[in-house]
Amino acid sequence: MKNKLAIQVEGLKKVYGSGNTEVIAMRNASMHISYGEIVALLGPSGSGKSTFLTAVGLINPPTSGQITISDQLVLNGPEAVVNLKNFRKKHIGFVFQKSNLIPFLTARENVQIALEINNHSKKYSRNRAMELLSELGLADRADNFPPMLSGGQQQRVAICRALANKPAVILADEPTAALDSHLGEKVMELFRDVAHKYGTAVIVVTHDHRALGVFDTIYEMEDGIIKKGEGHV
Amino acid sequence: MNLAIKDIRHNLGRFIFTSIGIGMLLMIVMGMGGIYRGIIEDATLLIDDIGADIWIVQNDTRGPFAELSRIPRNISFRAQTIPGVATARTFVQHTIQRQYKEKQLRMSVVGLDWPIDKGQWVPLISGRILNQNHYEMIADQLLGLELGEKIKLGKNNYTVVGITANMISSGGDGIAFFTIQDALDIQFNQSGETTRLERNSRGVRMSKSDLGLKQPGLIEFAQQSSSKLPGLSDTQVSAVILKLSPGADLRKVMNIIKGWEDVSAYTSEGERQLLLTGSVEKVKKQIGLFSILLTIISAIIMALILYTLTLDKIHSIALLKLIGASNWVILKLILQQAFILGLSGYVIAYLLGQKIFPNFPRRVILTDGDLIQLGIIVLIISVVSSLLGIIKALKVKPNEALN
Repeated sequence: MKNKLAIQVEGLKKVYGSGNTEVIAMRNASMHISYGEIVALLGPSGSGKSTFLTAVGLINPPTSGQITISDQLVLNGPEAVVNLKNFRKKHIGFVFQKSNLIPFLTARENVQIALEINNHSKKYSRNRAMELLSELGLADRADNFPPMLSGGQQQRVAICRALANKPAVILADEPTAALDSHLGEKVMELFRDVAHKYGTAVIVVTHDHRALGVFDTIYEMEDGIIKKGEGHV
Repeated sequence: MNLAIKDIRHNLGRFIFTSIGIGMLLMIVMGMGGIYRGIIEDATLLIDDIGADIWIVQNDTRGPFAELSRIPRNISFRAQTIPGVATARTFVQHTIQRQYKEKQLRMSVVGLDWPIDKGQWVPLISGRILNQNHYEMIADQLLGLELGEKIKLGKNNYTVVGITANMISSGGDGIAFFTIQDALDIQFNQSGETTRLERNSRGVRMSKSDLGLKQPGLIEFAQQSSSKLPGLSDTQVSAVILKLSPGADLRKVMNIIKGWEDVSAYTSEGERQLLLTGSVEKVKKQIGLFSILLTIISAIIMALILYTLTLDKIHSIALLKLIGASNWVILKLILQQAFILGLSGYVIAYLLGQKIFPNFPRRVILTDGDLIQLGIIVLIISVVSSLLGIIKALKVKPNEALN
């Protein structure tokens, strides 16, 4: 499974504005990631990492290039080949810099909502949410609201939510930025475990160089161009 | 999962206070509608309850409620002879304001044609109807008088023998029922000095007239009690009210009375319309317009509250969209909150109103029809006022969750 491609990104280009105000945020960005593989995307601010992530997350379509997820061509340039919203909720999970949990839902409900939105029954959604929380060591925190959880616990809930619909890809944008180094390392290890255990392809955009050991592949991005990093394992 | 309920549960305190605020606003809207209904009800209550088919009043007037009316008492005898008339009763109504127990006591005095009318139609909550021709009264509870209490009006003391409820004049004063004779005594009460001066004046006028000079005995005659003077008219009343026999033709009776040139006649419905299009009309319009304004203000305030509630959730809405929630999920969240807020506000308005409205000086009548109508208006307000929030929410892009 690990060698089968979960996501293929070919020659992505993103141009903002036009004429004198034209800015090329990403050029000829390509990336192939297998199921169960965890990759890091490093790069300074403004290098185009977020543009890449939102393009792969089907939120902000590229100007040109192709994105294929689970053998399904999804975006051909800016043209959507499938219903992006439906595809996104089934195949892509997101984890962000801040935990980004819904404040008026408990930890369990935050995971459950992702399943219910995907038309799973309430009972299944509840059980699956509890199962994921238990696996990530949060069963006793299931009924706590986000402010009652530590930063690390919140990120683990967010990972549970990202995993809920058994996505092909998890996209994580600076998931350890709000955590101390110890917790950050733990979260990165969790991503690795998740990728390997569930066979999910994980792309982590990060500045954090301390936990690079967990990644199968490291990419670097600068001025909108992606290249394999020196730290490639 | 019902996101609206979850959000309310999480912000319960804020939701309760917001609901109370909206509830109080809706209570005022509800109250204005109730006051509007109360004014109409109070104005027409006497006409509806007294059981008259035709009102005979002073010629060319819209009396006795919309304007003053004075007709001789003996019109009732004339009316009684019309075929189809079962009873003809005299009717007196006037308003007095007296000092009583160091307070201003304002009452609408209604005279009943005892013994034909002893107040059988007056809804009593305690006591009895009038059993004698003098010195008894039935009082509306608004007047604050108690059963057995004696009150001096003019030269006489009147005992409260019955207490009624919701008998209010169109001016909002509690009604007190007396016999016609007592009502007239209260209305035309004069001091002994006034009577003496009037009699003396009559004597002087007579002594200066040819008749007085030729027959000096008439000067003393002119100074007698006015009731003994044939030249003076009988006491006047406000109206004569007719009850027709079963099967009698109202139109025929009306046509006969219209042939009399000294009076005007109206059906009960005609009297109702005179009141509603006359003295009550402006108050009715004013309260109606005020109610509309309040409803609009409620809608604006609700819209602002719902918009603010939506703004507070913008990040969560973006996040929901990012994880694939459809617009319908977001729409449901906002609409359900609007409905819950509107519904709880409405219930609070109703419950508060039930406690507060009875303490108002005038009746506040909440009819089922008006409550249903307001319920529908609240429903519409909930939808309309949530539009701003919905528009804002639908414009949110999923990538805003990344910020």
